[in-house]
Amino acid sequence: MGLVVDDSRSVRKVARRILESLDFETAEAVDGIEALAFCKAAMPDAILLDWAMPNMDGLEFLQLLRQEPGGDAPVVVFCAAENDPAKIAQALDAGANEYIMKPFDGDIVASKFSMAGLL
Amino acid sequence: MTPTALDFLSELVRVRSGVILQTEKSYFAESRLAPLARREGLESVEALLTGLRQHWDEQLAMATVDAMSIIDTSFFRDRAVFERIGKVILPTLAAARQDGVVRVWCAGCSTGQEAYSMAMLAVQVEQQVPNLKIDIIGTDLSQRALEKAHSGIYTQFEVQRGLPIRLLLQHFEKTGEMWQASERLRHAVRWRQLNLLEDRRSVRAFDILLCRNVVRYFDRQTADRVLEQMAGALAPDGVLVLGAGETTGAPSLIRDETAPETYRKTAARGQAAA
Repeated sequence: MGLVVDDSRSVRKVARRILESLDFETAEAVDGIEALAFCKAAMPDAILLDWAMPNMDGLEFLQLLRQEPGGDAPVVVFCAAENDPAKIAQALDAGANEYIMKPFDGDIVASKFSMAGLL
Repeated sequence: MTPTALDFLSELVRVRSGVILQTEKSYFAESRLAPLARREGLESVEALLTGLRQHWDEQLAMATVDAMSIIDTSFFRDRAVFERIGKVILPTLAAARQDGVVRVWCAGCSTGQEAYSMAMLAVQVEQQVPNLKIDIIGTDLSQRALEKAHSGIYTQFEVQRGLPIRLLLQHFEKTGEMWQASERLRHAVRWRQLNLLEDRRSVRAFDILLCRNVVRYFDRQTADRVLEQMAGALAPDGVLVLGAGETTGAPSLIRDETAPETYRKTAARGQAAA
């Protein structure tokens, strides 16, 4: 199961199509709060995670997720516009497995998922 | 593009680079050569090729071949190959060398991703094999590709193909919207223009020879001739690695049954198995 977390509907739509093409059953969340609620109910195998979102951003979500029981299991791949090395390092320190800098395409997602051991 | 112009182009590219163009792809030639034609102040690709046919210009001919060169590469392409090189091949060769120097030749290195991947791999392996010193040379026919390789500057798209994020942060610096390989990586690789089709005798013996996704664009006979010549540049216990699905019937090379697309010198059979 793959969870796409992004506040943009068009990004979610594109990401869902890519994940489905990689044979992931896919669900969507619009922000960190919705994503956390989803994970508490059913931990996904993979999370494609935006950073800047209203209500709860990707970094805060990730920090809370990793404290949940079983929250260290999902492979978390950030997929965000932030491309500053210090910011990326911060995401990795918080427990992200891989990081995609937007804009992205199917090849990049497949390449990063494969590096993170998902494919 | 007229069939005459396309035939002329195909022959030029085949003779100079060994690459067999798929002639049904004339739009590909158009898109590759249009910038060159514009730069030369010519009205079309057709005019470029017709002009070249009628008044030979060596520099323009090479620029044409260069513009047609195939650039399809990524960092750590076929990850399993790099895992095997890092876990088995590099440590074995470093142990077999008194000075720990492992010489690597990336033949057909294109824009440099493979050579830089080897340099990054060596930094990792050095932690377990402290005496390892890697000496990498990347060669390509395309001057354009080599310039990019030498600069070590890649777009955000390029650094996301095959390159794990931790290695990006470790080995690259962000300059504007581009990413540049660190000085350490750039110092680890030397770049040379080289045409694999040309006869030459190698004075150096390489321990690892990567010639991946190069000979697939040649006809069989050319591919075997090029690889036979390369076998002469291989150390007795060295390995030649081809691209996924590539094979060769070059007489001086024998397939290593333990690993895909890996060849050794026939003379080395029975000794120094990695």
